[in-house]
Amino acid sequence: MSTVAGRAAPRRPLRWTFTDAAAVTRRNLYRYIRVPTLLLFSTIQPVMFVLLFTYVFGGAIQVPGVDHYVDYLMAGILAQTVIFGSTQTGVGLAEDMSRGMIDRFRSLPMARSAVLAGRTLSDTVRNLFVVMLMLVVGTLVGFRFHAGVVPAIGAVALALAFGLAFSWISAFIGLSVRDVESAQAAGFVWVFPLVFASSAFVPVESMPGWLQSFARINPVTVTVNALRALTLGGPITKPLLQSLAWIAAILLVFVPLAVNRYRRAAG
Amino acid sequence: MGDDAIRTEDLRRSFGAIKAVDGVDLAAPAGTVLGLLGPNGAGKTTIVRILTTLLVPDGGSAQVAGYDVVRDAEALRSVIGLAGQYAAVDENLTGRENLELVGRLYHLGRDEARRRADEMLERFELTEAANRTVKTYSGGMRRRLDLGASLIGRPQVLFLDEPTTGLDPRSRFSLWDVIRELVSDGTTLLLTTQYLEEADRLADHIAVIDGGRVIAEGTTDQLKSRVGGDLLAVRVTDRDRTAEAAAAIADLGSGAPQVVAEAGEVSLPVREGASLLAEVVRRLDAAGLEISDLALRRPTLDDVFLALTGHVAEVEADQDSAGTPRQGRGRRPARSGA
Repeated sequence: MSTVAGRAAPRRPLRWTFTDAAAVTRRNLYRYIRVPTLLLFSTIQPVMFVLLFTYVFGGAIQVPGVDHYVDYLMAGILAQTVIFGSTQTGVGLAEDMSRGMIDRFRSLPMARSAVLAGRTLSDTVRNLFVVMLMLVVGTLVGFRFHAGVVPAIGAVALALAFGLAFSWISAFIGLSVRDVESAQAAGFVWVFPLVFASSAFVPVESMPGWLQSFARINPVTVTVNALRALTLGGPITKPLLQSLAWIAAILLVFVPLAVNRYRRAAG
Repeated sequence: MGDDAIRTEDLRRSFGAIKAVDGVDLAAPAGTVLGLLGPNGAGKTTIVRILTTLLVPDGGSAQVAGYDVVRDAEALRSVIGLAGQYAAVDENLTGRENLELVGRLYHLGRDEARRRADEMLERFELTEAANRTVKTYSGGMRRRLDLGASLIGRPQVLFLDEPTTGLDPRSRFSLWDVIRELVSDGTTLLLTTQYLEEADRLADHIAVIDGGRVIAEGTTDQLKSRVGGDLLAVRVTDRDRTAEAAAAIADLGSGAPQVVAEAGEVSLPVREGASLLAEVVRRLDAAGLEISDLALRRPTLDDVFLALTGHVAEVEADQDSAGTPRQGRGRRPARSGA
């Protein structure tokens, strides 16, 4: 009866973890090449925000110690861009699930982590593209880096890392709600208060007291403050450490949660 | 018994209060085709999902190609292929890219993955469409591509979950040819289907599944003989009196008559068929029942299903009309009448 005896499972090489994730990343990115309108529309919104805040609200928003509002704005735009972009992670996973792709992947001898790693990585690549585009648009309407090249690169890197952390939250949501429309809706609702009740567009000091206490610990606030220091100059250590701590905490909580959801995805 | 490519013992899996798989024993010797036949919701797909490691069973055990589906799940995945109910191919990739992706994930290496992809494209007559995105493919082409993807890794055991559901007859026949060819290569195949004819054509051994259990199994011939001899089928004009007609001729048969009131049809297993025809006509005439059709025929698997479950195989089960429409899943009746 013990037909299994003597069939030891072969060890899988560690490098497959990376090559499998790379294969899935490539597959996800093909989508943007094949459906360019997808990328186009996901960039229109942040571009509108840059223009809207610069020309419509910018004149009415006075930030002490800042000459040009657009300089203040760009750090907020970067954070907002990567967070909005990361909401697509859950949508993509829900889509794969409803189309049977996740079943196919789970029946293959590939690394278990590859689907989630590939998805969050490809969304990070997409975020990089949109962030670069935002910087171009920002530059066209008067934004300048004031702190030098290395901090500028650091700002882009921090924004991407922040987006990656949020991608894992989004992955968890997408795998939990399972269908595409719900993932789309559920992916956005919690993002708005986080982005707007923060220092992204206005100083926290201008908010009512009760909101300030939320806004001050908001991960978006600390990250925007760090991005602002990296783009405009000023004290960097404290906001940067706070932001990195948030990123680490989000990853620590949501990577295992999302992986767990993925394991039972078929349930 | 060590030669069984698929073997399950008392396999169980529930979803909440629903026992989707309720104590299933299956065995398929290497190189054979096992057909799981049953209506929607019978538990066929759940069995396939357990055997392909997508789902962990609640109880019982299952081995595929000698690997335990739970303990050796990881190793098992490299020797199986799965084509599920929906063509799980990426619309935004070309046919070739889809196949190469799957090849890479079987860890074939770049050149080998490319070579296998070309082989599959040729085998499934997709070479011309190879560099088009799958979005432009027809339902039949997607299914063929999906089947190709499931074969990329040269699986020892292949699982096809309703491979022809939603295909037009022509695509279905051509897929049958492909599947028959596959099996002649020595691959063990587990196939689920709602189409009785499909199981009849393709499977060496059939397990009839209903309500999460195996209610009958055997070769096509064995199953047919369960109905016993020939079948005498009578249809009466007045459908409301079908039961009356069944009662009038019941004692002529070798088994109980089966009644399909909606069709006004009674089928009766009989031993010495031809000599009874006149008697049947006499009795129904005496009862004042008008006969619209009378025939003597060999039993089909439809009859087997009816004899085993007491109800017709519900191919057009309600769950689909209520479900969301999916691309390439247009439903069609299996077979009407016999």
